[in-house]
Amino acid sequence: MSAARDEILARIRRSLRRSDPLEAPPVARSPAPKSSVRPQLDSERLEFFVEKIHAAAGTVDRAATSPDVVPLIKDYLDRHGLEPRLVVAEHPLVSELAWPPEWEIRTGAAGGDDHVSVTAAFAGVAETGTLVMLSGADSPATLNFLPDDHIVIVSALRIVAHFEDAWRLLYDRVAEMPRTVNLITGPSRTADVEQTIQLGAHGPRRLHVIVIDG
Amino acid sequence: MQRSTAEFKSQAELALQDATLQRAMAKAKGGFVDKRRLAVSRLPEFEQIRAEAKSIKDHTLAHLDYYLDQFEQKVVASGGRVHWARTTEEACAAVLNIIGAPGKQVLKGKSMVSEEIGLNDAMERAGHTVVETDLGEYIIQLAHEPPSHIIAPAVHKTRDQITDLFHAEHEQYGLTELVTEPEDIVNEARQVLRTKFLSSDVGITGANFLIAETGSTVIVTNEGNGDLTQILPRVHIVTASIEKVVPSLDDMTILLRLLGRSATGQEMSSYNTLSTGPRRGDDADGPDEFHVVIVDNGRSEMLGNEFHDMLRCIRCGACLNHCPVYGAIGGHAYGWVYPGPMGSVLTPLMIGLENARDLPNACTLNGRCGEVCPMSIPLPDLLRTLRFKEHERKLSGARARWALKLWGMVARHPGLYHAVTGVTAAVLGKLGARAGRFRSLPLASGWTQARDLPAPQGTTFHRSWGRRR
Repeated sequence: MSAARDEILARIRRSLRRSDPLEAPPVARSPAPKSSVRPQLDSERLEFFVEKIHAAAGTVDRAATSPDVVPLIKDYLDRHGLEPRLVVAEHPLVSELAWPPEWEIRTGAAGGDDHVSVTAAFAGVAETGTLVMLSGADSPATLNFLPDDHIVIVSALRIVAHFEDAWRLLYDRVAEMPRTVNLITGPSRTADVEQTIQLGAHGPRRLHVIVIDG
Repeated sequence: MQRSTAEFKSQAELALQDATLQRAMAKAKGGFVDKRRLAVSRLPEFEQIRAEAKSIKDHTLAHLDYYLDQFEQKVVASGGRVHWARTTEEACAAVLNIIGAPGKQVLKGKSMVSEEIGLNDAMERAGHTVVETDLGEYIIQLAHEPPSHIIAPAVHKTRDQITDLFHAEHEQYGLTELVTEPEDIVNEARQVLRTKFLSSDVGITGANFLIAETGSTVIVTNEGNGDLTQILPRVHIVTASIEKVVPSLDDMTILLRLLGRSATGQEMSSYNTLSTGPRRGDDADGPDEFHVVIVDNGRSEMLGNEFHDMLRCIRCGACLNHCPVYGAIGGHAYGWVYPGPMGSVLTPLMIGLENARDLPNACTLNGRCGEVCPMSIPLPDLLRTLRFKEHERKLSGARARWALKLWGMVARHPGLYHAVTGVTAAVLGKLGARAGRFRSLPLASGWTQARDLPAPQGTTFHRSWGRRR
């Protein structure tokens, strides 16, 4: 295998008319991302984030504080006729919720029988209404894909304007890249049958975001 | 996969006469184009982003060895493995080696590189069961067909065909009802594939990007199938070609802003997923093994030559969607993995110009592919360069070369040129004066077989211009 590696790299150098590996990293194209390559938001950041989620066929609730979250989830479950049987992440934003005692709450990876999951986003990106989800012991990636209904909690303080801002947060707060970073924009969809958009191809049929303001 | 690039002309003709295919293509036609136009018009920064994207790729390609090496180091540091493959055979061998003993059930997310290297055939020959999980790929796998579009592999299939296909193939799962509505079709596929997701040994995905600074592979999908493919099985294998690498997350971001908009008109696809190494010690899910197979297959030779620009391609499919030839005949007529303008450039470079000599000519040089390309790849120029090479290597027809030589001689002598065109215009003008057109004409049957030739007015442009002055 290493013969293949060496030959591919040698061929690349030959094509680039260079005989040896670079001694120093190439000079970066530009020291910082230019602002001209970031889409301008034409409304306030949080408002824009919500607009974009709606545009991607997701739904949003705003909670003033953490205690307001469970009633919103209850409304959501009622609205869609869903049982209060949840698989939830162990992220602080979820763990601090006081679940009604009669609800069935489970943690860990999702399986084929889980219908509703509740997770927390590391950040939200306003430019496209995207959630940045990090995998980890407390937030299995299967929670984002196996259940039919995916409910995501995100703190308003973590809604950034652009992806570049989300990467800065990631560099600052996370020591190493998690196994999986999911950038989620709306529910699962496909247009493979006659270019007609259908939601819920293989992943969640519905994506519901709850933004906590406080 | 079976290759039939040499039969392009007859396949194109059959495609034009295929009423079902024409119905499917007509449905697809405007959709992609309109959605892209709308998405681009809503992003005033599009041209600046496009310029920046080109410079990112140009920079990366100029230091490709460095970034591939950096990528490998980061993958290894995060617990993954990198396998290098010079050829399609080496790539398949690397994957088979990772999968191990026969009899495995292998999930596949959509990967054009896996089509390029003929991976499904290789895995089936080695005794594995392969399950394509992207709905479009699943449909064509059931139909035993190759993809006909790089992002919408089943675009050539009508709903009725899918209904029949599912009816025949899903009976074994006890699903006997005829599903005709798109919603029900999607649900039935979801149901069948869900059990496969939960019971497979290996998941294989492609990569839209490889990120050097983090050692991450990135997939861009809408269905979520790619994610289930890579987090549920014990082993995750990524097949990717060398030009997919970009230096950083910021660089990927800029390319992502172009990719979805150019492909489907989405600002962002539903799922963009970065995978870095295998599951961590205390992770509750994710694969135990993470492998990246990096494929060259002729790309390192394109680097720095006259087709260098083609390596910027991010496989959005906009050139296919805007190509009148592709729109008329669909993807299968091209005879291999990559159809449309990008395919007409890539295919001859990968399988040899002598095996695909019609493809660079399957083009009206209308220039739309170059105009819409988010990576500013001069596709029409590259196609012209291939035509030039065909001429040089005498791969074009003897008659065409002879005619070009004759025309070249006439064109180099203005006196002769004016005499010949003057006589031709006068004679044809007189002969066709009554009907105003020719239904058939000796030496011009290639034209008149398909349409009438308008009769000239009896004089040349040069002459009437001279008179007017």
